[in-house]
Amino acid sequence: MTDQAPLVDTTRADASAHVIEVRDLVKRYRKGTVNAVDGVSFDVEAGQFFALLGPNGAGKSTTISILTTTLAPTSGTVSICGRDVVDDASAVRGQVGIIFQNPSLDMNLTGEENVRFHAILYHLYPYRPLYRMMPSAYRHQLKELADVLGLGPELFKPVKRLSGGMRRKLEIIRGLMHHPRVLFLDEPTSGLDTASRRSLWQYIRDLRRRHDITICLTTHQLNEAEEADQVCILDHGRVVAKGTPRDVKAQLVHERLILDAVDRDGLRRRLRELNVPFRDDGALVIELNGRTAHEIVRSIEEPLTVLRTESPSLEEAYLRILAAGDE
Amino acid sequence: MSETNAIIAIAARDMLKFLRDPGRLVAAVVFPFVMIFLLGGTLQLNLGRSTGFNFIAFTFTGFLGMTLFQSTAQGLTSLMDDRQNDFAQELFVSPVSRYSIVFGKILGEASVAIMQVLPMILFAVILRVPLTPAHIALLVPVAILSCFMGGAFGLLLLNTMSDSRASNQIFNFVFLPQYFLAGLISPINILPWYLEALSLISPMRYVIDLTRGVVFNGSPEYSRVVLASPTTNVAVLALMFMVFMVIGTALFVRRETNR
Repeated sequence: MTDQAPLVDTTRADASAHVIEVRDLVKRYRKGTVNAVDGVSFDVEAGQFFALLGPNGAGKSTTISILTTTLAPTSGTVSICGRDVVDDASAVRGQVGIIFQNPSLDMNLTGEENVRFHAILYHLYPYRPLYRMMPSAYRHQLKELADVLGLGPELFKPVKRLSGGMRRKLEIIRGLMHHPRVLFLDEPTSGLDTASRRSLWQYIRDLRRRHDITICLTTHQLNEAEEADQVCILDHGRVVAKGTPRDVKAQLVHERLILDAVDRDGLRRRLRELNVPFRDDGALVIELNGRTAHEIVRSIEEPLTVLRTESPSLEEAYLRILAAGDE
Repeated sequence: MSETNAIIAIAARDMLKFLRDPGRLVAAVVFPFVMIFLLGGTLQLNLGRSTGFNFIAFTFTGFLGMTLFQSTAQGLTSLMDDRQNDFAQELFVSPVSRYSIVFGKILGEASVAIMQVLPMILFAVILRVPLTPAHIALLVPVAILSCFMGGAFGLLLLNTMSDSRASNQIFNFVFLPQYFLAGLISPINILPWYLEALSLISPMRYVIDLTRGVVFNGSPEYSRVVLASPTTNVAVLALMFMVFMVIGTALFVRRETNR
């Protein structure tokens, strides 16, 4: 298994401007019997939107923990902005922002106090015991971020009285306060309603455009990864596919043609004569595998009741890749 | 400078949590009332005259030292609670050094412990424990040292726990024996050799004895109450503090990343 190459690898080797470099990363937990991360390598260029995908237990969160310096790797090297995550952890921490999968707010403080605590820990502003004593730059920045995410007076309520969605927004505001060069988003939109999710992604797009920020996302919402410049799919701690979403989809899932006719038996006979493999799935589904739909349709004389083509989503590609890995 | 701000922010967070917890605030008032007035008072009435001890002053100094030491030590375990609430993630991915996190935490919990003993000192004055302004002024550095000792001890203990439930068990196991070995309520001038050996390795002994050394200074029962000179106690506490801090911090930092 350890010598197995990824099923798909469409990344181009380019050593320049890699803001994240992961080489042969292995992590085995102290009481673990298998490697949670098992020889993972990938690069992310500055300003890219990178998505790390995989089922539960694939090693995504472990990888993110190592990349964000909270967990030591068993072997392999990771550098962020040219700094090693083990030898130069403190410098790495100043460059990255993280929006955690599990809530990491202090429930005893108000939302604003949580954000202020973060801003001081990241050396952005001096300590002040009250919000109104904080520099106006802090108050402006907080207001701007709160407006984007639609948080108003709730910001000044104790976190324990906020809803799950509001807490998530608060964590996002906090994670963006220090303008990180790399922003790690570990399942960031779980618990957000559609409108908040959309405005968050809009804000992240703006952020990338304005500040050349690199985004590293892990998600189960595969539609969120469709916009990624590069995806990396993990399974059982190993990379099973990486490349642009389009390349990953193209390599593994092909367009398909869906046909049906009043005389479905006649249509079946015709497809067999044409040597076109198909499967019966309500209508007849033909994987195009390099053929064009036109090529097939023009050879069919039976009157058709259904004629359409389907492009695969990243989700389908993802499921197929995982299924192939299990075979 | 920015590390200093971070340390203050970490410490201020603990103080804020204490001030917002009505249960802990009430306990800070009720506890000394029960311990000094009820326990110290009944000991004084029943044993004070025959032994020639001021038991109210004796229990006050015992509980003062114990509270400063134990409250800070237990406060350090909130780093364990933070880890369980995933708040530690926020602390540990920030560019603040691990040493600043530990120091900020000790500073915060020490401040909380000092706030907790203020009602105790007030009770002592009301109950006519002979406390002069000079005594109170001298108690300030003693309190700071006691809290820092507790913080270092708590940090060391933290590394032996796997979760906050384990922390409660360890605390019962570690602190309860020290109440008796350190002479919290009853004098320990005479102990069998094996208990004397255990007493000598109890950090709480030196904290309480140092507190008594200050409060009983100049009183006729000084030699019967105080076990060692304040200089000896300060020297032992400083040495223990350094050893516990170095080992505790190293273990803590290693454990946080090397799971």
